[in-house]
Amino acid sequence: MTDTQYDRAPGDALALPDVEQGTSSGVLVYTIGFALAVVLTAMSFWVANTSLLWVGGVSLGLTVLAIAQMGIHLVFFLHVTTGPDNTNNVMALAFGVLIVILVVVGSLLIMADLNDNMIPSAELMNLHMQH
Amino acid sequence: MNIALAVDDEVRHEAALPSASEAGPATKRVVVGYGFWIFLLSDIVMFSAFFAAYAVLAHATAGGPSGVQLFNQRSVAIETACLLASSYTCGLMSIAIGSRRYAATYWAALITFVLGAAFLVLELREFAGMIAIGAGPQRSAFLSAFFTLVGCHGLHVTAGLVWLTVMMAQVAIKGFRATVERRLLCFSLFWHALDIVWVWLFTVVYLMGVVS
Repeated sequence: MTDTQYDRAPGDALALPDVEQGTSSGVLVYTIGFALAVVLTAMSFWVANTSLLWVGGVSLGLTVLAIAQMGIHLVFFLHVTTGPDNTNNVMALAFGVLIVILVVVGSLLIMADLNDNMIPSAELMNLHMQH
Repeated sequence: MNIALAVDDEVRHEAALPSASEAGPATKRVVVGYGFWIFLLSDIVMFSAFFAAYAVLAHATAGGPSGVQLFNQRSVAIETACLLASSYTCGLMSIAIGSRRYAATYWAALITFVLGAAFLVLELREFAGMIAIGAGPQRSAFLSAFFTLVGCHGLHVTAGLVWLTVMMAQVAIKGFRATVERRLLCFSLFWHALDIVWVWLFTVVYLMGVVS
């Protein structure tokens, strides 16, 4: 019956059954996650403000840093792992990420496409003005 | 060294662990956590719609002020620090709950609450400053999308603070019962998920807004 203790909900600490051992290693996990998140956040702010980088690549760099930090949060704070007791959580997460990407990328693509297909409004205005 | 040991331990656990279907029905804690995880993901899908709206409307300023003129990076950096630190103390709180230490739980909850409240105060000051100079949500589509997206996150933080207060009252009155512990697990999930949303918020709204 102790087997079921190893089932982990998302957000559960790493070592539930062994409380004494879990405390120090749990603090270590959160501290590592916190340190990594601080480093990534500092990098994001530096990338946005520096003039050393090519401006065109800054947005892409910021996106990569945000994805990395999301991964840090998921692993170290939310304790989503690849273990067999976490399959359902990972599947739900993967589905959520799919929907989020569809909504955001789909909206941006469709709106950019619509904008491209519009008659350039400034010139149109000028035509009207000339008449 | 410690990490290597922890990883080693985990491998041993997993070797002894039957596959999910052989272990029998999941505990209530796992089921509740999973259900709340589904809710959080649907909440994040809702945020993604606001993010999409903001990204589409980011340049629709209608002749009004743009992000570069309005956003103050220093205050955003402090807000980010507050929220990240409160996420960390929330993690420490769940460790304290796991080992049934009342004082540590209250302290961690108090620090989490103060940091979350500091975040909210900074955000409200930013909003008030923007509205004072005529850059309210009715000024342009960009500002409508901005206030909806950032305000929605702020509302979530407010709800989280109320929830944290209620949970501490429950710990004080009921102690660490199974039901209270499950609710605290859900709260820490909620709080960490809010931090993930904020990571995207400060990246997409504030930093990219200043770049372009």
